Amino acid sequence: MNLWLTLAVNSIALGGLLFLLSAGFSLIFGLMRIPNLMHGSFFMLGAYFGVTFLSRGMNFWLAALLSGAAMAVIGGVIERFLLRRLEGQVLPQVLLTLGFAFIIGDISLMVWTGDPWQPATPAHLQGALQVAGLFFPIFRLVMVGVAVVIAIALWLMVDWTRLGAMIRAGVDDAPIARVVGIKVSQLFTLVFALGAALAAFAGVIGAPYLSVYPGLDFEMLPLALIVVILGGSGSLLGALVGSFLIGFLYNFGQAMFPDLAYVILFLPMLLVLVLRPQGLFGRVVS
Amino acid sequence: MTARNYRFAMITLTLALLVTLPAWVGNPYYVNIASQILFWAICALSLNVLVGYAGLVSLGHAGLFAMAGYAAGLMLAAGHGHALAILMALIVTLASTAVFAVLALRATGIGFLMITLAIGQIIWGIAYRWASLTNGDNGINVSTRPAPFGLSLASADGFYYATLVVFLATVATMIVFVRSPFGASLRGTRDQERRMNMLGYNVWLIRFLAILFSGLWTGIAGLLFVYYNQFISPQVAALQTSAEILLMVISGGTGTLLGPVVGAGIVVIMKNVVSAYIERWNLVLGVIFVVIITFMPEGLVPGTARLWRYGWHRLKSRRLAVREKAESAAS
Amino acid sequence: MVVKRRTILKGMLGTTALIAAPAVLRAQAAPFKIGLLTVKTGPLAQGGIQMEQGIATFLKEKNNTLSGRKVELLVADTGGNPAGAKTKAQEVVERDNVNVILGPLAAFELLAITDYVRDKQTPLISLAAAEDVTQRKANPFVIRPSATSAQTCHAMGDYAAKDLKFKRAATISEDFAFGYEQMAGFQRVFEDNGGKVVKKLWPPLVTPDYTPYIAQLGNVDCVFNGFAGSNPVKFMRAYADLGVKTKIPLLAGWTAMDDALLRSLGDEAVGVLSAAWYSADFESESNKRFVAGMQKDYNVLPGGYSAGMYIAGQCVEAAIAKLGDKVNDRKALADELHSVSLTDTPRGPVKFDKYGNVVGDVFIRKCERKGGKLVNTVIKRYPNVGQFWTYDEKAFLAAPVYARDQPPAKNLE
Repeated sequence: MNLWLTLAVNSIALGGLLFLLSAGFSLIFGLMRIPNLMHGSFFMLGAYFGVTFLSRGMNFWLAALLSGAAMAVIGGVIERFLLRRLEGQVLPQVLLTLGFAFIIGDISLMVWTGDPWQPATPAHLQGALQVAGLFFPIFRLVMVGVAVVIAIALWLMVDWTRLGAMIRAGVDDAPIARVVGIKVSQLFTLVFALGAALAAFAGVIGAPYLSVYPGLDFEMLPLALIVVILGGSGSLLGALVGSFLIGFLYNFGQAMFPDLAYVILFLPMLLVLVLRPQGLFGRVVS
Repeated sequence: MTARNYRFAMITLTLALLVTLPAWVGNPYYVNIASQILFWAICALSLNVLVGYAGLVSLGHAGLFAMAGYAAGLMLAAGHGHALAILMALIVTLASTAVFAVLALRATGIGFLMITLAIGQIIWGIAYRWASLTNGDNGINVSTRPAPFGLSLASADGFYYATLVVFLATVATMIVFVRSPFGASLRGTRDQERRMNMLGYNVWLIRFLAILFSGLWTGIAGLLFVYYNQFISPQVAALQTSAEILLMVISGGTGTLLGPVVGAGIVVIMKNVVSAYIERWNLVLGVIFVVIITFMPEGLVPGTARLWRYGWHRLKSRRLAVREKAESAAS
Repeated sequence: MVVKRRTILKGMLGTTALIAAPAVLRAQAAPFKIGLLTVKTGPLAQGGIQMEQGIATFLKEKNNTLSGRKVELLVADTGGNPAGAKTKAQEVVERDNVNVILGPLAAFELLAITDYVRDKQTPLISLAAAEDVTQRKANPFVIRPSATSAQTCHAMGDYAAKDLKFKRAATISEDFAFGYEQMAGFQRVFEDNGGKVVKKLWPPLVTPDYTPYIAQLGNVDCVFNGFAGSNPVKFMRAYADLGVKTKIPLLAGWTAMDDALLRSLGDEAVGVLSAAWYSADFESESNKRFVAGMQKDYNVLPGGYSAGMYIAGQCVEAAIAKLGDKVNDRKALADELHSVSLTDTPRGPVKFDKYGNVVGDVFIRKCERKGGKLVNTVIKRYPNVGQFWTYDEKAFLAAPVYARDQPPAKNLE
């Protein structure tokens, strides 16, 4: 009983973090059709920025926002000057984004060394909620709260603002959107920067929980992929549902089927793809 | 010199260089590096069948590669001979490739990529977890290399020549494949899927056979890998290996014969030779990829050819202009 | 140049009477080459970089001259995978012609090249823990100055059962050979002294979140963990966050509480007990020099990876001193390395058993916060611990190698 409750709460916490990681990935993929293989690198680099700010005594949330802003600039520059030239060419995009993943990974190793970094949980969020002898770390609950707030903000943006309308138009049919006067190219840069910022923000929020170390980038990338595969690309709701699904699958799967630990995420992903290639919430893309 | 003669001369020269390589590189270490380039090139060429000619991008080829290696390693560990081990490895590879193909062909495009990625990860997970069979991360040692027709492959030179023979056979097969009607119909499924369907081609079957063909050669590369290293462990099946093979194909140039070979050369040399001199070789490799793709989105080999033609045309037109100028001045 | 020649001549006058032979003189003038196989890129770079720092500190202290012989260090980055280790071993052996190899880092890298170094008759000094390399498949060219995976865990099993009087334990470690062997060693000694291991958990090497495992630990007196790399940092934070730490004491293998890891850890590590073959606060002459050197050059507290390489350097030095100009004979060097016996190393006295594995002290340490910094304070010292613990060598080797279910865990619940 205790075990299951702990797992359930933790599933939601992990799901929240995964949503922050994959929402940007999903938007980028849905709108621009770019398989952004440096998304895990954005997460890791953002986390490194965050721990650096934190080690200078900065406020936790400020560090997360600042790291997100820095990554927005980096992501925007990469999109504007390099990815832009490869529009519609998936393979060159794969090579470019993987190339940057290598570069970011190696630079991070050079700057932050191979040692793991784990910032302390922010002082006011330390401790745990004790209910019926069970421990629920406050920080993880806050993580869920942050994810929900950001999900709502993104949803409001996509569904209720002009920018959101343009994004939706772009996802549905980019050429037509262009014809009706939407500046798709600016939109692309903006969305890419936003996706990068979200990943970096997630990296900082996740740092007290996951820590930061070399190789974190390629641990997070497959998770973002799986979420988007399960949820379907370009759909925020899909990313949200996919994230929590993965959160539960991961927690309960590891506990109940230890022999399947390595494939606990990829097996369902395979099943979904084979049975419903467009993802659980995706639309059929020709 | 006509283009045909020129081409013939280039091929002869390359062959001569390859055959005499152990004599001029000097150290067995470099001969070994050459062997590695060749078997990774075989692997890249086989992935190129899918990426370049079928428009199907696989991120699970390391799984097939490892499957062949493990099958051979386990057969040898069980005390069987090399011939049987190799045969068995190829059968296992073909069988698993068939399953791989049936699952992956549920989708095309990015869906295909994701399914193959998932399959690759599952094979990797099994290699790690099923330790009673695979010995987990302790891996399997292969104590001897085979000696076909009494020729020992134990030495660096011996192994190099064996790999070279297989490599040339791969290249020859690829040339035949590309020029065959089957190759043409495969390209048709890539560019005009609906039209091919309407023309009565069984698109699914064509793709299925192409994957089998690719898997078989990937398995052969995997066999060379396991005999070269005389060791196999789950790292071989990891996503990184699949990504590396794909990077070789894309950076060299998809849909060309030379591209994947050049790509394999770049990656192997960076990893093994350049890394001895430059500590941040991963960074350099990343920069190389970014530079290649920025200036030659089609890959290094076709890109170089384009720039070369471009330069040549400029040169020719300039010469022409000069001559015209001279002529007009003379008249 | 002149100075160089003269120092060499002086060294030779002291040891041999071969100065008249110019050929030998030239051979002597060639530096003694050490090839370091380590990991400098990718996820395993943490330990790999420390290894390089350790040997570099040693050679700097010795001014690149060991027992009068000039030494050259060649560093090769294996990338942390078996195929890379093999290629880099070929590089240092066949291209650079090194006299001895130090490294590699990971067990699977070592296993990929043990046959190779035997074929090429090149001595190798490794920190990688794979048990059988110095047991059932002992290799005459390999010595290990660190420990087998289980060597320190045997001591922890003893300490947990006898000194701490724990009865029920859970173990948790990565799902790979180093983890299996560590947990098996702990379990064996703990159970032979009246304890029971009631739960064994094996998260995969890459596990983003340890909560599902920690939630399963159940009702036990202690938890023994054998994590390595960056995983212990993540694990201990989750262990504390979930409130388990205040209820169940945490025990650790050497990699999980390595001194070099302390600066990455916070309060969650305070109170954790660990068994290690090296401790930065160990009071020996060479350790003081070593720690000071590492502090000065790299501003770090050294851990096992760097200390192990420092000791490897000391072993090479001792072998050169003994062999003199015969040191170029690789087989002779390998044999000599097996009989090295040192009284002062950063871990205390060191000698080797006939399988090439170290016999040395094991420290039980408790993590404390002193002056704002975390330190592992030694609370008990097991002297002269060998890889077979107190068990009979023959019976030990007759049993299968430690593994996931070996020896079988009979008390699981």
